[in-house]
Amino acid sequence: MASIDTGGGDSGHKKGPGVKKAKKMSTRIDMTPMVDLGFLLITFFIFTTTLSSPATMDLYMPKDTDKDEEQNKAKQSGALTILLAKNNTAYYYEGELAPDGSNFKSVKFSELRKVIMDKKKEVMSRYVKDAACEQEKIQKGKDPDDCKQEDLVVVIKPDKEATYKNTVDILDEMTINKVNRFALVDISPVEEDLIAATEQSGGQ
Amino acid sequence: MPSVKIPKKSTDVDMTPFVDVAFLILTFFIMATKFKPPEVAEITIPNSVSTKLLPDNDAVMVSLDSTGRVFFEMLVQADPQLKYKVISNLNTTRNLNLTEAEMQRFMKKVPAVGVPFSGLKQYLSLSDDEMKRVKLEGIPTNDSLGGELYYWVRDAVSVMAGKKINYLIKGDNNAKYPAFKNVLAAFKKNDIYKFNLVTSPEGVPSGSDLDLFQKKQSTVKK
Repeated sequence: MASIDTGGGDSGHKKGPGVKKAKKMSTRIDMTPMVDLGFLLITFFIFTTTLSSPATMDLYMPKDTDKDEEQNKAKQSGALTILLAKNNTAYYYEGELAPDGSNFKSVKFSELRKVIMDKKKEVMSRYVKDAACEQEKIQKGKDPDDCKQEDLVVVIKPDKEATYKNTVDILDEMTINKVNRFALVDISPVEEDLIAATEQSGGQ
Repeated sequence: MPSVKIPKKSTDVDMTPFVDVAFLILTFFIMATKFKPPEVAEITIPNSVSTKLLPDNDAVMVSLDSTGRVFFEMLVQADPQLKYKVISNLNTTRNLNLTEAEMQRFMKKVPAVGVPFSGLKQYLSLSDDEMKRVKLEGIPTNDSLGGELYYWVRDAVSVMAGKKINYLIKGDNNAKYPAFKNVLAAFKKNDIYKFNLVTSPEGVPSGSDLDLFQKKQSTVKK
């Protein structure tokens, strides 16, 4: 069956009388075992191989500081705070949290991208041309459009029920939406209470 | 009456090209394959758009599984002696009472640490098979200072001084955020603020700002 065909045979040379004819041995080899072994190895390597090697994502954390004056203050108008809670839900508010919680909104995790994009657009629409800043970015080889979002700061606060996946995903959203300034911050008790209250009233 | 002779045709198929292709594929897989290092816990990593490759030498890896267990691992294939230095450092500073043989065993047989200091001696006295089977409880991290993970990181950093170390955090999708925060606390206490989160690559969503930016960049290059 599996064999090399040597096309053996009479090559038509006339031998003179007295020339002894060598006995023709077949040069065909049965290749079946070799093929078997070959496929066995292929199967083995297909199963053991890991094709997609993992990548890494950079994360820079700020130094913890107690001193108030060392902390960066975010501009009210450009701040967006995102709170991550359980079951892929998220909450957000723009600027500072209103004492009555009126600007505290609930959103599905998958819809957060739109919230971030809208906020970014809004901040960029308020941009007043800053030639010095744009010049500087070009000199450093960066995108001059970055100046437009100078005021935008996204604050990410996962609560204790948030998963690691959601945390990484939201950090990834920052890369996807090219948000340059964002911070991973601990949640405050007021916000935790608000989440708990919303979850209860929402029947979750 | 002579019977009708059906000409006998050979049923032989020439399999040579088939075999050629098979071995070509085999060669490809042998070349492309890279064996998975043994893992202490099943971890499904999240996706991200990042495409930076994972450094596999001179790195400290902290794994976080779905139940919040923490494992510590040093990726130092180039110089396994570093692992020995860490354990002998810890042996003296934390009074682990390990023997020389146990520390050698740690260097050779333990890929990732997943036991508290108090259980380390007992863990190292197990046989190879038992070591694989035993249920590890993870390194304690549950205090604001990073727990025992702090000491592991501190000693790993001190023996690898002078090298550029990458700090990898490999977390499971379902791990809870406080567990991740504790790991970060252990690093922060060592004055480490730059991390690499291990993720599997995924495509950039079309129409997003990053997508538009990348397209703009590639047209500029052309």
